[in-house]
Amino acid sequence: MIYRESGDFKTSYAEDNQTFPIMFDRYGYYIVLLIGALVIPFVLNDYWANSILIPFLIYAIAAIGLNILTGYCGQVSLGTGGFMAVGAYTSYKLMTAFPGLDMISVTLLSGVMTAMVGVAFGLPSLRIKGFYLAVATLAAQFFLVWLFNKVPWFYNYSASGQISAPERNFFYFTDVAVTGPNAESWAKYLFCFLFVFVLAWVARNLTRGSVGRQWMAIRDMDIAAEIIGVNPLKAKLTAFAVSSFYVGVAGALLFTVYLGAVEVGEAFGINKSFLVLFMIIIGGLGSIFGSFAGAAFMVILPVVLRNFLTGTMSWDSALATHFEFVIVGGLIMFFLIVEPHGLARLWSLAKEKLRLWPFPH
Amino acid sequence: MKKLTLLAVAAAVAAGSPAAADLVFPSLSYRTGPYAAGGIPFADGYADYMTLLNQRDGGIGGVETRVPECETAYNTERGVECYESTRGEGALVYQPLSTGITYQLIPRTAADGIPLHTMGYGRTSASNGNVFSHTFNYPANYWDAASAIVNQLLEENDGSLEGKTIALIYHNSAYGREPIRTLETLSEMHGFELTQLAVDHPGQEQGNQWLQIRRERPDYVVMWGWGVMNQVAVQEAINIRYPMENFIGNWWAGADHDVESAGADAAGYRSLNMTRLGDMPVFDEIREHVHDAGLAAGDGSNLGNVLYTRGMYAAFLAAEAAELAQEMSGVAEIDASMMRDAMEALEITEEDMAAAGMPGIGPEFSVTCENHGGNGMAIMQQWDGEQWVTLTDFIAPDDSVIDPLIAEDSAQYAEENGIEPQCAES
Repeated sequence: MIYRESGDFKTSYAEDNQTFPIMFDRYGYYIVLLIGALVIPFVLNDYWANSILIPFLIYAIAAIGLNILTGYCGQVSLGTGGFMAVGAYTSYKLMTAFPGLDMISVTLLSGVMTAMVGVAFGLPSLRIKGFYLAVATLAAQFFLVWLFNKVPWFYNYSASGQISAPERNFFYFTDVAVTGPNAESWAKYLFCFLFVFVLAWVARNLTRGSVGRQWMAIRDMDIAAEIIGVNPLKAKLTAFAVSSFYVGVAGALLFTVYLGAVEVGEAFGINKSFLVLFMIIIGGLGSIFGSFAGAAFMVILPVVLRNFLTGTMSWDSALATHFEFVIVGGLIMFFLIVEPHGLARLWSLAKEKLRLWPFPH
Repeated sequence: MKKLTLLAVAAAVAAGSPAAADLVFPSLSYRTGPYAAGGIPFADGYADYMTLLNQRDGGIGGVETRVPECETAYNTERGVECYESTRGEGALVYQPLSTGITYQLIPRTAADGIPLHTMGYGRTSASNGNVFSHTFNYPANYWDAASAIVNQLLEENDGSLEGKTIALIYHNSAYGREPIRTLETLSEMHGFELTQLAVDHPGQEQGNQWLQIRRERPDYVVMWGWGVMNQVAVQEAINIRYPMENFIGNWWAGADHDVESAGADAAGYRSLNMTRLGDMPVFDEIREHVHDAGLAAGDGSNLGNVLYTRGMYAAFLAAEAAELAQEMSGVAEIDASMMRDAMEALEITEEDMAAAGMPGIGPEFSVTCENHGGNGMAIMQQWDGEQWVTLTDFIAPDDSVIDPLIAEDSAQYAEENGIEPQCAES
């Protein structure tokens, strides 16, 4: 088999500490990156971009964000939808107040704003944990949605309370639109791809550095972590800040690039919090790959199933939708029974078996 | 020449040439979720009327119609996905039956050149065709509905609502918030006091709102509800013994399933309706050509009820526009831009409705480049405990209130999105 380490010798610590220590993996990663950046934009059609790839990339960012908080730092959060709403509304206010601002700045600033809000709602985590914290973040979810519904300033006093994204550019010196109805699919896709690549890369490196180790120490046993010198205040609040930053960026992209118009109760309701939480549980807690796998499972699988049932099998659309619930729900149960640690764990087990092939244990 | 083209196309269709396209009217329906009760009859009516045209007349102008359904569950993200997945099939017009999805589709359809018909829902100010080139909301919109209700109340109160209190109980979404601005303006104008009570999605939790109504006893309660919210509200009103005659829903809060569960207790509840009630010749034809042929959409049990009729009416308006587009362009296999031009020139007369087997189903109206909204008339109906009965003729809204509001809101949209008025040159 090609998938093995024999002959793939490491002669330095840096080489041994690579994210993908096995050559086959590493090349696979580069190939995926190259296809994602250089091939897909040229062959992409509107349907694939707008219905499958862009939502997948955006939810992957949200899942990485929540995974940092819940998977790496052990702080359960049900406020993801609310924080995504903060990102979306910040980007809306920025886009309408500063029409000259490009989308990269808008999206990053939305992330920063969400990070601040996230830290504020993360403060109770110093006193409470587990289910109690879940309820506190649930309060954040309801409060934020209520706030964006209640205060007309957030939606610029529009009659219906909807916010809609005007046309804005990719970057200062380009005139490629990534928001608004005239934005090309490839531009929207590349914009999201860029964010996903950078944020996933940062997250991977954060989680294996000292900050990430502090998070994991807090997750595994907070008292022991404190005894060995981890500052829980710093660790928990950085986790909330970084996680909210990611979630805020995802919310901003969901509104500006993907949907274009948003109604807070519908787009960022409690269901969105659950959706992202399911992604990381199914994908695998404490794993970057798991975030991608979970996002793919929850976003792409239903669309593919629906297309298969209504398109190929010519089922009635209502029946197909009901069966979609049954099949996706059944698969979730199946995966969690077979492997409670999620798709990422299944994947790594498969890899280990392949490496030890033909005699896996 | 026109006839010749039509014949040629019809021949091509008959010969079964693979390129023979049909007229595609995508239906972004929802037969699941908390709003399915309203979504199912509407989608059935829409699909059945198109099937009737195929079965009885061989389609429109010799070209068969096709209604691909895509399930949105009233969810905007799925609505966008449905739009993307169906638009490549040569979609002529979209009718999403959801205000949220409408807001997503307004800029997209304008960019893609596909007309969007939001009959009695969606963005009200889209009736300004100067700004919203591809969005149509004839024959009536939310602000017309709000104004029609107030006009009806004015008539019942000898022309004055001075000192009266009206509570608006609304779905806390873009849909439910649409009438607020109009009602606020009207409350200043006529001197009634307006209380706003929001109900969150999906609408089952209304205890607090009705407690407040019970305490304050407003003279009238106006409802902007949809889906399960309507049934719950009617039941709550019965529970607090609110006089049902003073409880008035808009046209999405007045279908059979909304009051049937409460039955006789709900007698007296009133609502607007865009179409008239009662039996029409077209129902018999649908029964004969569609249901008896086993081609009914859904289980066929909704034929003739309020929302079925409305879905059928929506299909009728789309079919009339398609026919007009064929006449205007001389091409049988019209495309979306021809459809748009025809919708802008559409005129529905009493003869058109009678010819389609639905005499007097809606108001007579005509669409112009500036006015995509029709004349905004609606009837008031009442539940007598067993069925809906017509209470009034078509009520006209107060355009002097609505027109400035539409101009203001659409001007804001045009400014935010850099839109040039499209009717200026003509």
